[in-house]
Amino acid sequence: MFQLLKQIAIIGIKTEPAPAPDESLRVSKALSAQIAKRFHGALTIRHVDAGSCNGCELEINALNNPYYNLEGLGIRFVASPRHADMLLVTGPVSRHMELALKRTYDATPEPKLVVALGECACTGGIYGESYATLGRVSNVLPVDICVSGCPPTPLAIMQGILTAIT
Amino acid sequence: MKIGNLELAAEELPGAVPAWGAEVDASQWLAASIHAEASGGRLLALWGSDRSDGAKPRFAVHAALVVQPGIIVMTLPLSEETYPDVSNVFPAANRMQRAVFDLLGLRATVPADERKWLRHAAWPPDVFPLRKDFLGDGSAFESYAADHIDDYPFVSVAGDGVHEIPVGPVHAGTIESGHFRFSVVGERVLKLEERFGYKHKGVEKRFEQMDCVTGAKLAGRISCDSTVAYAWAYAMAVESACGGEAPSRAAWLRALLLERERVANHLGDLGFLGNDAGLAFGLTQFSRLKEDMLRLNAAIFGHRYLMDLIVPGGVLIDVSAEESSRIRAECDALESELLLLRSIYDEHPGLQDRFIGTGRVAPELAARLGLIGLAGRASAQAWDLRAQFSCSPYDRLDVHMATHRNGDVAARVIVRFDEITESLRLIRAILEALPTRATLAQLPTAAEGATGIGWVEGWRGEVFMALELGPAGAIRRLHPHDPSWQNWPLLEHAALGNIVPDFPLINKSFNLSYSGHDL
Ligand code: SF4
Repeated sequence: MFQLLKQIAIIGIKTEPAPAPDESLRVSKALSAQIAKRFHGALTIRHVDAGSCNGCELEINALNNPYYNLEGLGIRFVASPRHADMLLVTGPVSRHMELALKRTYDATPEPKLVVALGECACTGGIYGESYATLGRVSNVLPVDICVSGCPPTPLAIMQGILTAIT
Repeated sequence: MKIGNLELAAEELPGAVPAWGAEVDASQWLAASIHAEASGGRLLALWGSDRSDGAKPRFAVHAALVVQPGIIVMTLPLSEETYPDVSNVFPAANRMQRAVFDLLGLRATVPADERKWLRHAAWPPDVFPLRKDFLGDGSAFESYAADHIDDYPFVSVAGDGVHEIPVGPVHAGTIESGHFRFSVVGERVLKLEERFGYKHKGVEKRFEQMDCVTGAKLAGRISCDSTVAYAWAYAMAVESACGGEAPSRAAWLRALLLERERVANHLGDLGFLGNDAGLAFGLTQFSRLKEDMLRLNAAIFGHRYLMDLIVPGGVLIDVSAEESSRIRAECDALESELLLLRSIYDEHPGLQDRFIGTGRVAPELAARLGLIGLAGRASAQAWDLRAQFSCSPYDRLDVHMATHRNGDVAARVIVRFDEITESLRLIRAILEALPTRATLAQLPTAAEGATGIGWVEGWRGEVFMALELGPAGAIRRLHPHDPSWQNWPLLEHAALGNIVPDFPLINKSFNLSYSGHDL
């Protein structure tokens, strides 16, 4: 126990400042004013893997490391879409995930913010559209914010999320 | 070549790994499998191909067996659309054979399990996407898909007080999509059945629209957590098909990247394993160390996960003397932090109480069902390509394989710690002995019909690729194989008798790929 506490004290606080929002990431402006008022920066997110290569998930997980400390900003990942304000969708939408993605969207209460995360989610990426994939997320759901990158860096993801709620 | 007591006419394949190719008939297909199994060999991969723009007859199935001298790739040309079932010899063949049927319509006869595997309801059961005459973009089946759902026949358990818990495909945490069906009494798991294929993206068909240069990008995106292993296996396959070779500095740099990938993933897993067992401190500490490493990757190699750096013919990066000393300094710092964190994990009674005995796969079961890679080594399955079939530079590095006999979460944690230590040693040794000269070579043009294989020990286990080229370097067929194919079925066994709340911990201790499996 002593070692553990000593380590915590030695390492100290590593969290770095969050990036500023970037309006260029916004693809739909309809909700922004209302959301800024309602959320005051606090937000719950449900991640949905619609068919990624798992790279985007690695960077979502990195958001909770001490450097980015997303929870420190009042932004949390939740276990159910019913508790979520935002869906963070990764990957091209595989045809086998279409139904699950739509059901997750239906289960999410309004205002149902949707962030398409990564090249695949934004454009279909290298997989494109085929017998197995429907391509970009906006082919299946209305998308508010697109964060490109393969995978997008944690800072880019944070910026996308923050842009959605400011 | 000899497989056990069976003599099989085989031809040595060019390339970095010891491999032989043999065309067989149906009885040899079965006999070779039986002899390989009896002499301690195992099934690495099983796939099919439609050769209508190449050889005759149109269809063939292929199996890669690991035997004492290396890999033997058997090709069985099919005059009808059936071939002998080997799932009773190698249980791991079960899902591979079902996937061959879903994608190509070639049926193993007569398997115990004929259910679909990768196909859900996006295309009809009599349509086979990997056939060459299948050109559809999928829109043709939209009305079929709209009328059908994936009515997968799960095996149900009956009895007093038994109930089912369906989990997924969308999970509670940030993980990939897949479905787990638990049959439980109270909290105890009586049966776990997996259902995958949700992430099927048509990767193999997509490869067939690419050539061997553009394919490298897709290879690195089959399962990004192992992007280096995949890119290397792919480059190896292309190089062996072309009869070319990467310069020796490139081989050493590839190993440097592969070991960095191993360390980064193991660090991440150790953090999550601590967290899933209730020690958030572990996640904070290990995720910090992993992030430090990713940042150094970005600074030196230009990508946090090292994507797109390995290409057929060599690598696109190099390491200067100054960068090399930064990496060495990182290894030193990491090593001392690791020592401390390991002693904290070891001495934490709460953590060890959750780890020890949880999710156990006994060595006998692991051997019978063919567990491989990291999870295999934690259940006494001593396979590590870097030590046993070492290609350059591992043949000069004398890799020490980490193994354990207990097969529980604790053993998989220990193997991870040991492997990080060994990888740090390897990284230092690589930087020490890095040969000079070029990092990229021009490859000779490959002949139409040339084949090649790649085989790399990624952090999770063996990544295998079998490639056949068409005219002008086009990809005629590429089959990528993730070690998760072998290991997912063992997770079903590991969960038995455990309580449901321990499942996330057990699952994480295997940390298998959905994307690499669903293709
Ligand atoms: S954007 Fe890149 S990292 Fe993300 S799912 Fe697509 S290929 Fe993978």
